[in-house]
Amino acid sequence: MQVPTMAEFLAKGETPEVLFWVGCAGSFDQRAQKITKAFVTILEKVGIKYGILGKEEMCTGDPARRAGNEFMFQMMAYQNIQILNGYNIKKIVTACPHCFNIFKNEYPVLGGNYEVIHHATFLQQLIDSGKINMKDGGAFKGKKITYHDSCYLGRANDIYEAPRSVLEAMDVALVEMKRCKSNGLCCGAGGAQMFKEEEKGDVRINIERSNEALATGASIIAAACPFCNTMLTDGVKNNEKEDEVQVLDIAELVASCLS
Amino acid sequence: MQYIQQVAFLLLATYAIWLFSKNILQIKKNIFLGRPEDLSDNANLRWKNVILLALGQKKMFRNPTVAIMHLIIYAGFIIINVEVLEIILDGILGTHRLFFEPLGNLYNFLINFFEVLAVGVIAVCIIFLYRRNIMKLKRFMSKDLNGWPKSDANYILVTEIILMSLFLTMNAADSAIQLKGNEHYHATGSFIFSGMLVPFFDSISVSQLILMERSCWWLHIIGIFAFLNYLPYSKHLHIILAFPNAYYARLKPMGEVKNMVNVQNEVKYMMEPELAPTGDAQPTTFGAKDVMDLSWKSLLDAYSCTECGRCSTACPANQTGKLLSPRKIMMDTRDRLEAVGLNIKQNGEFKDNGKKLLNDYITVEELRACTTCNACVQECPVSINPLDIIMELRRSLIMEDSNAPQEWNGMFGNIENNFAPWKLSPDDRDAWTKEI
Repeated sequence: MQVPTMAEFLAKGETPEVLFWVGCAGSFDQRAQKITKAFVTILEKVGIKYGILGKEEMCTGDPARRAGNEFMFQMMAYQNIQILNGYNIKKIVTACPHCFNIFKNEYPVLGGNYEVIHHATFLQQLIDSGKINMKDGGAFKGKKITYHDSCYLGRANDIYEAPRSVLEAMDVALVEMKRCKSNGLCCGAGGAQMFKEEEKGDVRINIERSNEALATGASIIAAACPFCNTMLTDGVKNNEKEDEVQVLDIAELVASCLS
Repeated sequence: MQYIQQVAFLLLATYAIWLFSKNILQIKKNIFLGRPEDLSDNANLRWKNVILLALGQKKMFRNPTVAIMHLIIYAGFIIINVEVLEIILDGILGTHRLFFEPLGNLYNFLINFFEVLAVGVIAVCIIFLYRRNIMKLKRFMSKDLNGWPKSDANYILVTEIILMSLFLTMNAADSAIQLKGNEHYHATGSFIFSGMLVPFFDSISVSQLILMERSCWWLHIIGIFAFLNYLPYSKHLHIILAFPNAYYARLKPMGEVKNMVNVQNEVKYMMEPELAPTGDAQPTTFGAKDVMDLSWKSLLDAYSCTECGRCSTACPANQTGKLLSPRKIMMDTRDRLEAVGLNIKQNGEFKDNGKKLLNDYITVEELRACTTCNACVQECPVSINPLDIIMELRRSLIMEDSNAPQEWNGMFGNIENNFAPWKLSPDDRDAWTKEI
């Protein structure tokens, strides 16, 4: 499969419907790459004309800004906006809530105005419009699945229902954790915590959250953020439950229901 | 005799209101030590927030049981103020139950209603004292509240019980006097709850009952004036500041971090030097080291905090035993702001006393533990945003002090050189495309 880049579209004098912003995790992290591949598979299957930036994509500056390094954030934002505006990008879809949040809320004031959509909402729209058909309710029909809210999707941007309705479209048995939706507990990765050791305390945040997810008895923990995915996967491993419980992105779930 | 009472009342009321105004103006002055931030937009939505969040206590209802109990105290306090209006007018005019004749039957209904509320307030205050001191709920046992904050909470509850008891006893004595006959006391009859106390006053003489009624009346109104002047020193100030704080609440999505225009421009001039203004650049500081560097809204937040701890209960760092507590961030900010305000008052201008909000009140370890998850912001019933303060202090640590953990420095370096937070070649960014 050939993943088309914006440069190739430009060379052909064409414009894709949407830019798929892969994000650093989706590009480099081995676990998150699987999410990226699953999402691309869906895009191909549905026949959406999409492009990626490929080597031209850069960190949005999210971890730098939240660590307090505004200079680095502004540098990255400046460069990204130059590239995005250079390609005359109108619509961006991304599987990373952090990239989504920063494009949607923080780039406009810097001159980067795009229609930004997180893949949870994007998948929901594809399902609602009938473009995605999960055969017989899908491979996960009746399976006990719990959904972990990403802070940057949920509280930060009020997106709670889209990922859940994607799961419901697969006819799964959705079970909620005690702390869910606006009460959801962070996985521990936000605010640049992903890139440093936690401060000392009684327990790691990802362990606390994973335990809560495991306590639901679900066999799949669904996430919609590559960082949450990593944190929860580590937490499940810490509990030595990785053989019984999988942590999967909603795109991976949808992709395996297609075909 | 009556004349002396009127003068005494007027003096007391004037002094209480003067002192309160003075302290409130000082607080206002302290709040405006903060950096300017324009929050005058979108008046309609802001008023809606005042109605829903402050008046309607919408966020309290995330826990309905506590919300209803809190609402009883709140309604009791607000509605009984109608009675306080009568008490004040009686005090000034030397009348007794001024509203009785004009209101007629409605008067008895109102006083009965106030009595129901008063009993409700007493009951809930007792439950709240129990929750704080005997049930030992986790958020009230936190070390954030050691010392004054814990006493403050108990003083408030005890004062409310005393004020309500005085109100009921006053009404009971009044009814007892009426039974024995006294022309000054209107024939209101007995009221729903205080009426139950009347039989106990049977053997007391009219003059003693009058003394009792007058004492209760005076203690009640003195208590109210004293309580009013306690507010500026207490977490109870939230009963006033919850309203402006709801009005000036952030309307933007919680995920949006405030832009730093000065840094934005600096980067722009670096990239496009032709746009740079000529002349020397103004020296600026980045982020906040002290309360004066924070937005005035963050300082209003600090004064509005009632130390309930819902923020810290929701905070992932706090719940996993880290040092960070959003409630402590707010309490520290208020403490420091009070100290700075006093410093300015004593010295005419701010004299550096070697202390700052950053490090002396809020430590690096606390700031580092924040995941920016916004759970604290989501929970706060009075529209406080602890994350704004955390972010500004973090900015100062990184941009002013170059104080970052080793791993973050590595991450910054990777973003700068590899355009990703990891030490991986930008050439491999699309390597995954070859594996499909």
